[in-house]
Amino acid sequence: MRRVYPNKDVCIGCHICEVACLTAHSASNDVVIAAKEEVATGLQPCKAVYDKGQLSVALSCRHCDNPSCVSACISGALYKDQETGRTCYNEEQCVGCWSCLMACPYGAVRRNVTKGKIIKCDLCEGREMPACVQACPNNALVYESR
Amino acid sequence: MSYVIIGNGVASVGAIEGIRKVDTTTPILVVSEEDTPTYGRPLISYFLAGKIGLDRVSLRPDEFYEKNNVEVKLDTRVAAVDTAAKTITTEAGEVIEYKELLLATGGVPFMPPIKGIDGSGVFNFTTLNHAHMLLDLSKRIHRVVVVGGGLIGLKAAEALRYNGLSTAIVELGSRVLSAAFDDVAGNLVAQQLEDKGITICCGTTVEEILRTEQGEVIGVRLANGQKLACEAVVVAIGVVPSLDLAKDAGIAVNRGIKVDDNMSTSVEGVYAAGDVAEAPDMIAKEGRVTPIWPNAFSQGYHAGLNMASEEASPHPGGLPMNAISFYGLPTASLGHVNPSEDENCEVFTFTDEENGVYRKLVFRDEKLIGYVLVGEVDFAGLYTGFIRFGLDITPDVKEELIAGKPSALLWPEEEFDTKWTPAAE
Amino acid sequence: MLFKPISQNFSDFVIDRENDRCINCEVCVRQCSYEAHYWDDARQCVSHDHTKCVGCHRCEAFCPTGCLTIKKNPADFRDNALWTPTYMKHVYKQGDTGGILLSGMGSPADKPIYWDNLQLDASQVTNPSIDPLREPMELTTYLGSKPDKVSFEETSDGPKLTTKIGPQLKLNYPLMFSAMSFGSINLNLHKAMAMAATELGIAYNTGEGGLHPDLYKYGNNTIVQVASGRFGVHKDYLNAGSAVEIKIGQGAKPGIGGHLPGEKIDEEVSKTRMCPVGSDAISPAPHHDIYSIEDLLQLIYAIKESTEYKVPVSVKIAAVHNAPAIASGIVRAGADIVVIDGFRGGTGAAPTMIRDNVGIPMELALAAVDNRLRDEGIRNHASLVVAGGIRCSADAIKAIALGADAIYIGTAALVSVGCTLCGRCYTGKCPWGIATNEARLKKRQNPEVAAKRLANLVRAWGHEIQEMLGGMGLNSIESLRGNRDKLRGLGLNETELDILGVKHAGR
Ligand SMILES: Cc1cc2nc3c(=O)[nH]c(=O)nc-3n(C[C@H](O)[C@H](O)[C@H](O)COP(=O)(O)OP(=O)(O)OC[C@H]3O[C@@H](n4cnc5c(N)ncnc54)[C@H](O)[C@@H]3O)c2cc1C
Ligand code: SF4
Ligand code: SF4
Ligand code: SF4
Repeated sequence: MRRVYPNKDVCIGCHICEVACLTAHSASNDVVIAAKEEVATGLQPCKAVYDKGQLSVALSCRHCDNPSCVSACISGALYKDQETGRTCYNEEQCVGCWSCLMACPYGAVRRNVTKGKIIKCDLCEGREMPACVQACPNNALVYESR
Repeated sequence: MSYVIIGNGVASVGAIEGIRKVDTTTPILVVSEEDTPTYGRPLISYFLAGKIGLDRVSLRPDEFYEKNNVEVKLDTRVAAVDTAAKTITTEAGEVIEYKELLLATGGVPFMPPIKGIDGSGVFNFTTLNHAHMLLDLSKRIHRVVVVGGGLIGLKAAEALRYNGLSTAIVELGSRVLSAAFDDVAGNLVAQQLEDKGITICCGTTVEEILRTEQGEVIGVRLANGQKLACEAVVVAIGVVPSLDLAKDAGIAVNRGIKVDDNMSTSVEGVYAAGDVAEAPDMIAKEGRVTPIWPNAFSQGYHAGLNMASEEASPHPGGLPMNAISFYGLPTASLGHVNPSEDENCEVFTFTDEENGVYRKLVFRDEKLIGYVLVGEVDFAGLYTGFIRFGLDITPDVKEELIAGKPSALLWPEEEFDTKWTPAAE
Repeated sequence: MLFKPISQNFSDFVIDRENDRCINCEVCVRQCSYEAHYWDDARQCVSHDHTKCVGCHRCEAFCPTGCLTIKKNPADFRDNALWTPTYMKHVYKQGDTGGILLSGMGSPADKPIYWDNLQLDASQVTNPSIDPLREPMELTTYLGSKPDKVSFEETSDGPKLTTKIGPQLKLNYPLMFSAMSFGSINLNLHKAMAMAATELGIAYNTGEGGLHPDLYKYGNNTIVQVASGRFGVHKDYLNAGSAVEIKIGQGAKPGIGGHLPGEKIDEEVSKTRMCPVGSDAISPAPHHDIYSIEDLLQLIYAIKESTEYKVPVSVKIAAVHNAPAIASGIVRAGADIVVIDGFRGGTGAAPTMIRDNVGIPMELALAAVDNRLRDEGIRNHASLVVAGGIRCSADAIKAIALGADAIYIGTAALVSVGCTLCGRCYTGKCPWGIATNEARLKKRQNPEVAAKRLANLVRAWGHEIQEMLGGMGLNSIESLRGNRDKLRGLGLNETELDILGVKHAGR
C-alpha cells in the first residue's frame, strides 16, 4: 500500500503540511476559516512537524502492518482495513480513553481535547494525494509504496 | 477441522484477525460462556456511567464473525479439554475436535474471604452483565462501597457516582492505583475523585459486610473500626486467571498458563493468550501475567498467526500499560514505574500541582523503562517508543525527555531511518 | 522603535499583511532568515519589521493564505534626477557604517543591454524555414581547439581523419552552468548542477572552491576551476573534470579578488577548499605567479601536463577595455577555451562601486574579441564562451550569432531554483537556501528538485533555440556561430553597430 514517507534531509520545517492537513480536514475547506474559526471548535491537524537543531521532520500515522493502536483500542474505533491496509478510525466509536495515544510508539495519535476523541492521519480519505504531500514545497513528503 | 478458541474477549478477537491474516479458509469456532458477541470490556464503565449506549459497546461490526468465517457458540461453557484426542467438551456434553486450540479464557474476579461476602448485594464489575446489574441497582439504592482502589475499582466508583450514588472506595494500600502509579500520581487521581464527592479510605480493608437479619446489605465494617453505610458492595480487587481447564488438561500453569514467545503452551497445538496467559515480559524478561487489554489483543493476534502459520511470529513481549481518565483527568502509565531501591534505576519526576500535571520517568542502563503521566498525556506515545524499541538514551536525549519534550528526532538516527523512512523497494 | 536612523526610515520594502487572512501560523516567521517577521508576544500574533525586509519574497511565496505582499516602500524622496534614492541610500548607509558598500548578484544599474537592441532574422520564401519537430536540429557543441585544416586518407572503410584533434568538451546544448563556488553557494546546489549537467549532457563549473568528494562521480560533466586562491586544487581535482578553467577575472568585480567570510566555511567547505574552518578564504586579486602572458602560458602548460593533455584548458577573464588583445594573448598562450565574463555577471559578494562601474558589456566585448581572433587567424585555436547576464534563449542565440561557441548561465540558473535577486548573497542568510551554508537554510534546496528545475530550464531554452534556428532556415547551431548577418541592430548608433559588426535593421 502507499504510505506517506518523510524525508528529514530536505524537510525545511516550514509547517505548511500541518496547515494543509488542517484545511483538508476542515468543514469549510478554506484555510482561513479552518484556522480562524474551526480550530476554535476543535479542528486539529494529524500532521506534526518536529524540530531539533537543524533537523525538521513531519510525521503522522505510519499505518503500521501490525499496529499497537489497534491492539490498544478498547472501543473498536481503530481497526485495520483489510482491503486498503490502512489503519482506520471511526470517530463515532471512540470514547477518548487515550489508550491508543499511549500505545502508539510513534506518537502518531493526538488528543482532541475539545471533542474528547482522538485524531489520527487517515491518509486524506477521498483525496487522490494526501494534502500534506501535495502541499510540501520541498518534496520532503512522498506518497508511495515501499 | 476448525481452529477452536475458548473465550470471546479481546484476545479471541486478536486471534481471529491473526489467523485470518495467514489462513483465510479454515473455519474458526469460538466458544464463549458469555452470551453477548464480543464487546469492549473496559467500556462497561462508560456504559454504566451513561456515557455510551449499548449500541456502542461492541468491539467489532456485526458482520465481523460472518465475514471472517467464524462460528460462535455463545452462552456455552467448556468443561474439559482433551489434548491427546484434540477435543473439547462443552458443559452440555458436546465434543468438538480442534485443529489448533487457543485458551483465551481471561480471568475471574477474586473474591476475598470477607465475613458476609456471600449473599445478595455483593457485586463484581468485569462483565457487561455486571454493568447491567449495577445499572439496575443504582436506580434502587443510594449508597455503595467499592472494595479495591485499583483501576477497575476506581472506574466502577466513578461510574456509580455518575448515577448519583454516594460512593466510597476502600483500599488496603496506602494509596489508590498502587500497582501502576506512585504516591503523587495516585494522590492527584484521589484528589480528583474526592472533588467529585467520592470518599476514599486507604490503608484499611473491609472486615465484614453488615447485613440485616433478612440478609440485606446495610453497610461495611472496616479494619480500622469505622463503619460505612451502604446498600451494596462492589468487590474489585483483581482478577485471577481462569486456569481450571488448562490445569485439568495437564497443561503447565503457574500463576497463569505458561506460554513461550509464540504463545504456545506446554502442549503442542494448544495456545493461550490474554489475561489467562503468563507470557514473557518485555522489560522483566520473564513470565508475567499482565491482565491488560493491549497485551490481550496482541498476544491473541500472535497466537493466531502462529496457529495458522508454519513460520513463527514471536510476540515482542508484554508491556504493562494503562491509560485511564477520571472525570476528565487523563493519566497514562507504562512499563516499570515503581522500581525498588536496589534496582539501580534513575527516577525523574516533575510536578505542577496547580495544573494537575505530573510526570515520572524511570531509566535503567541508559534506557527508559517506565513512565507515569498525569494531566498532560499528549506525548505518551513518544515516550512509549523509547521503551518499546529499547532505544539508547544519551544525556542530551535524557534531558529533553525529562523536560517533557520527547520527539522522534531524539531517536538514534539509524532507528529513525529504519522505522520512518525504510528504503524504497 | 522610537527613533529610526534615516537609513531605516527609507527601508527598501514594506510588508503588507492582510490581517483578516493572517492565521498566525508563523510560516513567514520560520521562513524569514532576516527576522523581519516575528511572533509578537505582547499582541499574541505574528508581526513584522519593515526595515529588516530585503525583498526576497520568500514569505509571500510560502504564506499559506496568501495574505502577504512585499511592496516597494512608497515613502518618496523629493524628485531629483541626479540624487536618485539609490545614491541617497548608499550615502545613508555609509554614514552609518563607514564601510565599503557590498552587493550580491549582477549589477542592477540601468546601463545599455544590447540584446534588447538586436533582432534575429527569419526565412521567407527564398530559403525555407525548418520545423525542428520534423527534422533533425543539431545543438551539439564541442569546445576546444580546432585544427587549421583537416586531412583525410582513403581506406577500404571510407575516408579516415588523419589530423590529430586536441581534447574537446562535448555539450548537447551550447549552454553550461557558470562557475559558482562551493562555499558561495552550497553543496545541495552543486549537487543539483552536477546532476542536471549529467542528465543534459552539458557541463557545470565548480567555481574556485574545489570539488566535494561526493561530486567526483559527475566528473564527465564538470569543469574544474583554478583561481588565484588555488582553493581545493590538487592533482586529483584537476583530473576529476572534463575541462580545467583558469579564472583570471570575474565580470562582476574585474581587478579584485574574492573574499569568502569565515562564517561560510564549515567543515565540508573547509575540507573541500583545504583551508581552516571559520577562517576567511581570500582569493588575491591577481594570481601571484601570473604577471604576463608568458606566465599564463606556464600555468596553462603545467595544467596540461598534469592532466596529460586529455582535457581542454580554459581561461576566464572579465570583459574589460582591452579584452580583445588579452584574449589574443590567452589563445596564443595555449588556452583551448576563452571565457569572457561581462559586467552584468553575478557574484556572491562584490563592492557595489566596482560591480556597477567597472568593466564593459559582454555583447561588445564578445563581438570585439571574436573580430580580433578572426583578424589574427586564430579564432579556431580556441572556443569562445561568454557569461554574464544571459536572461533567455534569445539572448543566448544572439550571443552565438555574435560569435560565441557556448554560453555560461549563472544568474538564470539560480533564478530557476528560486533566487529573487534580492542581492544579499554576501550575508550568508539566503532565504531561498542558495547562497548560504547554514544547515537549516541550505536544506531549502532539495537537490533533486533543483536538478529538475535546472534541467527543465536548459531543455526549454534548447527547444526555443531550435525553433529560432529553424525559423532562420538553419538546422545546426554551427551554422549560426559568428553569423552576424542574422542580426540587425535597432536604435544603435554607428559606433555600436560597427563594434557589434551588425547592420541596422532595414539594411
Ligand atoms: C471494568 C474494566 C475496565 C478495564 N479497563 C481497562 C483499561 O482501561 N485498559 C486495559 O488495558 N485493560 C483494562 N481492563 C482489562 C481488560 O479488559 C482485560 O485485560 C481484557 O479484557 C482481557 O481480555 P481476554 O480476552 O484475555 O479475557 P476476557 O475479556 O476476560 O475474556 C475471556 C472470556 O472467556 C470466557 N470464558 C472463560 N472461561 C470459559 C470457559 N471455560 N468456557 C467458555 N468461555 C469461557 C469468559 O466468559 C470471557 O468472556 C479492564 C477490565 C475491566 C473489567
Ligand atoms: S497510530 Fe501509531 S501504531 Fe497506529 S498505525 Fe499509526 S503509527 Fe502505527
Ligand atoms: S482513545 Fe478512542 S480510538 Fe483511542 S483507544 Fe480509546 S477508544 Fe480507541
Ligand atoms: S511541508 Fe514539507 S518541508 Fe515543510 S515542514 Fe512539512 S514536510 Fe517539512
